[in-house]
Formats: sequence, C-alpha cells, structure tokens
Amino acid sequence: MQPLTLGKVAVRCGILAVILFVVVVIALKFGAVPVSLYGLAKDLIGVLIGRSSEISSEYGMIIREIRLPRIAMGIFVGASLSVAGTSFQALLRNPLADPYVLGVSQGAAVGSILALVIEPHIAMRPEIAAVFTPLGGFIGATLTVLVVFFLGRYRGEIENRTLLLSGVIAGMFLGAIISMLITMLPSSSTRGITVWLMGDLSTPMPPILAWVLRTGFFVCFALIYLTASDLNLLLAGEKEAMHLGVDVRKVQIVVYLAASALTGLAVSVSGSIGYVGLLVPHVMRLIFGSDYRMLLPAAAFGGAIAVVIADTAARTVAAPSELPVGAITAIVGAPLFIYLLRRKLA
Amino acid sequence: MSAVRDSVMERGVPDGSRMNADSRLSVEQVSYAYSPNPSQAPVFTLEATSFQVKSGEIVAVLGPNASGKSTVLKLVAGALQPLSGRILLNGMETHLMGARLRAQKIAMVQQESQLLFPAKVWEFVLQGRHPHGKSLRFETESDVTIAKDALGQVGAHHLMDRWMDQISGGEKQRVILARALAQQPTLLLLDEPTLHLDIGAQVDFLHTLKKLTIANKYAVLIVTHELNLAGEYADQVVLMQKGKSLRVGTPSSVYQRDLLEQVFQTQLVVEQRVNGRPRVSVLEKSE
Repeated sequence: MQPLTLGKVAVRCGILAVILFVVVVIALKFGAVPVSLYGLAKDLIGVLIGRSSEISSEYGMIIREIRLPRIAMGIFVGASLSVAGTSFQALLRNPLADPYVLGVSQGAAVGSILALVIEPHIAMRPEIAAVFTPLGGFIGATLTVLVVFFLGRYRGEIENRTLLLSGVIAGMFLGAIISMLITMLPSSSTRGITVWLMGDLSTPMPPILAWVLRTGFFVCFALIYLTASDLNLLLAGEKEAMHLGVDVRKVQIVVYLAASALTGLAVSVSGSIGYVGLLVPHVMRLIFGSDYRMLLPAAAFGGAIAVVIADTAARTVAAPSELPVGAITAIVGAPLFIYLLRRKLA
Repeated sequence: MSAVRDSVMERGVPDGSRMNADSRLSVEQVSYAYSPNPSQAPVFTLEATSFQVKSGEIVAVLGPNASGKSTVLKLVAGALQPLSGRILLNGMETHLMGARLRAQKIAMVQQESQLLFPAKVWEFVLQGRHPHGKSLRFETESDVTIAKDALGQVGAHHLMDRWMDQISGGEKQRVILARALAQQPTLLLLDEPTLHLDIGAQVDFLHTLKKLTIANKYAVLIVTHELNLAGEYADQVVLMQKGKSLRVGTPSSVYQRDLLEQVFQTQLVVEQRVNGRPRVSVLEKSE
C-alpha cells in the first residue's frame, strides 16, 4: 500500500517539465534559420529566469517574436485540451469523452466563422479587430456550453447521460450549420476556415490573447485540480461519491464550466485540434495510473508536449509549406488510439 | 473465521468507533412521496415510519419488492428529504448535514461498484478516508493504518494488492465493507449486501458484520430479502409492505406465519429454533 503523496506528484511533474523543456528546445531549433541546440537551451533558461534581453541578437528576434510565441501557444492549447478531456472523462464517466464531445468546438467554430464573415463589414479599432475572430469563437463556445448545460439538467441536477446526449446533438446541429455556412458563403470570406477547422497554430496571437489563454488555463486548471480527489470518487458513480462525502453537484458544475472554458479558449485560438484531449489522458493513465491528483498535471504536461511535437512536425515535414497541426495529431492519433484499444481488449 | 480472529488479535478498531458508545439512529414518523414529475400525483408513498437503531445493534428492513425498503435507506442516508417527520443521528438530522460531515458519520455498503478505470483493492479502501481528508486529500500514514486495519477486520488483508476486477464477488463485498469501516462511521447502512453471494459467503459476510457491529459499536441498518439471514443475525426487524411499516420488533415477534404469508403472498412455515431465532421455509405453491 503506497498511497500517492504530494512529493511523488512534484517529482513526476518535475520529470515531465524537463521533457517539455527538451521538446521546446528542439522545436525552437527547427525552422528556416539554423540555430545551435546548446545556444538555444542556454538562452531559453535565460528567458525562464527573466533575462530574455541576453539572447544573442542574430536570432533573438526570430526566437522571441516568432518561434517562442507559437510554441507557447502550442503548450497552453495542448495542456488545455488534454486537461479538459481528462476532466470530461470523469464528469461524464465515459472513457471516450474528449473536449469536443459536448459540442463546444462546433459552437466555437460557428462563432468564429460568423466573426470572419461580419468583420470586413463593420468598422472597429485595430486592437479589437486583432482579437475579433477568437472572441467570436469564445462567444460561440460559451453559448453552446450554456445551452447544453440547460438541456442536460434534469430536475435541477446534472444527469450525465442527458448531458452527453444534449452535447452530442448540439454538436451535430452546429456541425450542420458550419457546413451550410461554408457552402453558402463566397470562398473569399471562408478562406482559412477549413484549415482552422482542422486545428492550426500558424496564425500569430496578439499578446493580449496569449495572456488570456495563459491566465485562463491556470485559473481553470486550479479549479479542476481542487476537485481532483472528488473526481476519483465520481469515477465510481455519483451515488457512491455522495456517500463518500463529495458535494457532487458543486463538483459537477465547477468541472463542467472550467473544462468547457479550457476547451473554448483553446478552440478559439487554434481551431479544433483533434485526438489530443482523448488520447493524452489515456496514455498518461497507462503511465501514471488513474488517480486524478497525478493524472491532471500529467495530462497538462503530456498535452503540451504532444501539441508542440505535432506542431513542429506540421511546420517542417512539408516545408516550406505548412500542414494544419490537427492533421498531424489525427494521423498519429487514430492508429495510436486503435493500438491502445486493442491492448486494453487483450 | 480468520477475519474475526484477525480483528480480535490486532485490536485494530478504528479510533472513531470508540466514541460510538451511545450512538443512536431515530427515525420518527418519517414519510415520503415520490412522483416522477412535480405536477403529477405521487406513484409511491411511504407512510409514517418509526424505528430506532442503537449502537451495537443490527436492524433489518424486510419486505417484498416496491415495499419502500430502499426509500427508507435513502432517507436515512440523507439522500432524500423526508416529507414529514425527522431522522436523527445522535440528535442531528441526516439530510441537513453537509456531504462531508455525513460521510464521516454514515457509511453505505451498496452492491458491486462499477469502476470505470481499474483500481487496486488498497486504493479502493483508502477512498473511505476521503471524508476525513484535508484539501486534495493526500492520504496520511494514519489513513493507511486505518485502511489496513479495516481490511484486516473483514479478513481481506491478503487481497490488498489485487485489482478490484480480479477478485470474487464475496471478496469484493468484503472489500466494500472494509471501505465503509475505513470511514469510521457511527452508522453503517447496507443495501442488499449479500445479493450476489453464495450461501456460504452470505453467512460469512453477516457473521463478520455481526462481530464488528458489537466490537466497534456501530449502529447497523440493513435492507435485505433474506428472511432467514435477517432472522439469524438481526436484533430487530422492520417489516414493510406497500410503503407501510407493518411491524417493528425482534425477529421472533415479527415472523408470524399469517403476517409473512400476507406480506409475501406465498405459503410458508415459521419455526422457532432453540436459540430463539425463527426459521422460515417456503411451501410448494398449490395450484
């Protein structure tokens, strides 16, 4: 009998953080301008301890302004999706749940497409224009979350099967609207939407959006992590959790809203990158077990690592042209998922 | 009964149980009505029901299907709010307690738990420490000791490192009981705990429960269909039919042939055995 301790969680997270650091350094190296790995590692530590000005000037601009922000976006998008998927799997008591299962991504897509369509027709300040599409996406995601939440309630309580079905139906309905919009609108106004629908990190984020994504991630992660031991019990069922002292209703609402917000944030800036939120939780569960106090941070690091690697591949395999990162995660993810499934059956 | 010997030898009685000396559950004129929709007439009504469970005592709720046994259990567990009357555990109304406090005082043993992801037996038993934990609930050394003791008390110490889905039904039921003991409750509720067990495992389970009830001074309320096992192990029985509690008393006073035949709608024979416990046999149905 060796129960999980805070120390064990810290050590394992430390190891994952080192792996993430190495992945980031390697990801920074790939690109048109060659940079030495050693120099990068040294400079990145400089950035981490707050001395970014010391990066040598020849490639400092490329690192600071282009590659690092994109990698940072990949880290937070990946971590958000993976933590959201891990949370939904417990909340819905369904190992097949992923961040998109409740229709949030389709809601965000509809919002973003509508924003893209109306953006040229209204006058707005440039700082608002820069965040207009992601804002549309986030509003779409939020509305979907609220509608699904309302539909998924039965006698004032969340009923996880009703919630799941409402989410799936909402997703289908919104998917139909997306297809309709793409077909009806002139191709000039929907350029980039198809790439965005697959998930894409190539559009640079304005700093304010990067700040929102980062802060949103940490706040939502903290909220979910505080319920980690409750989620362990929810896996056994709502009644059992209640008899073991879990305030089931409160935990469900907190986790539902926080996990939806994580999904909404990630999808608004990067489109729906598939498989990360489904697979990373399962891979981490195989490695670290299913105790959510370990699994949630592991999923955050795992998601970050997976998306940074996938995005690096998306940038480089067909260089100079870029693939959508979602295509890479799907191509690697689908066979991996089948492998895990077969392994489980065996 | 290695379980009992273990518990006596180890004296691993959870701390909380020593404070149970005068714990008592009082169900006072409790009624309830269930309707699938607030605007519809109730489809099930529980009429005013009263009984008590003292510490060190097993009370069994008996009755045919849809007699209201499970409703009584849910009301006592605080999962439902009574329409009238009150349910007091040591003076506190159970449905008014917060989830955490309630789980410190009341433990529920249900039929097999469905696990979404595999868990080890020790992980499962440690879940019983959840209501006592601080934020994030990382288990302490004392939690581990209590969980080990609980497993020892039900004779399942050797199962500790096995997976929950790789042990037998009887073993699983003992592990679920161990998790309830790890909660260090005053009141132990059991919902048909012997349903999927063979006769040997049923007797084993109830024998262990009886010893622990006396040793740890739990107040125990058990819902069951097993008339003979209840007759053998319960101190009091509550006989229910169609939402009414017909009779409350010792098994030998409640197990009257006419009454049981009327409640269960079948012909049967009731014998009083030398140990003062009744035995019920069902007669072949005459066409």
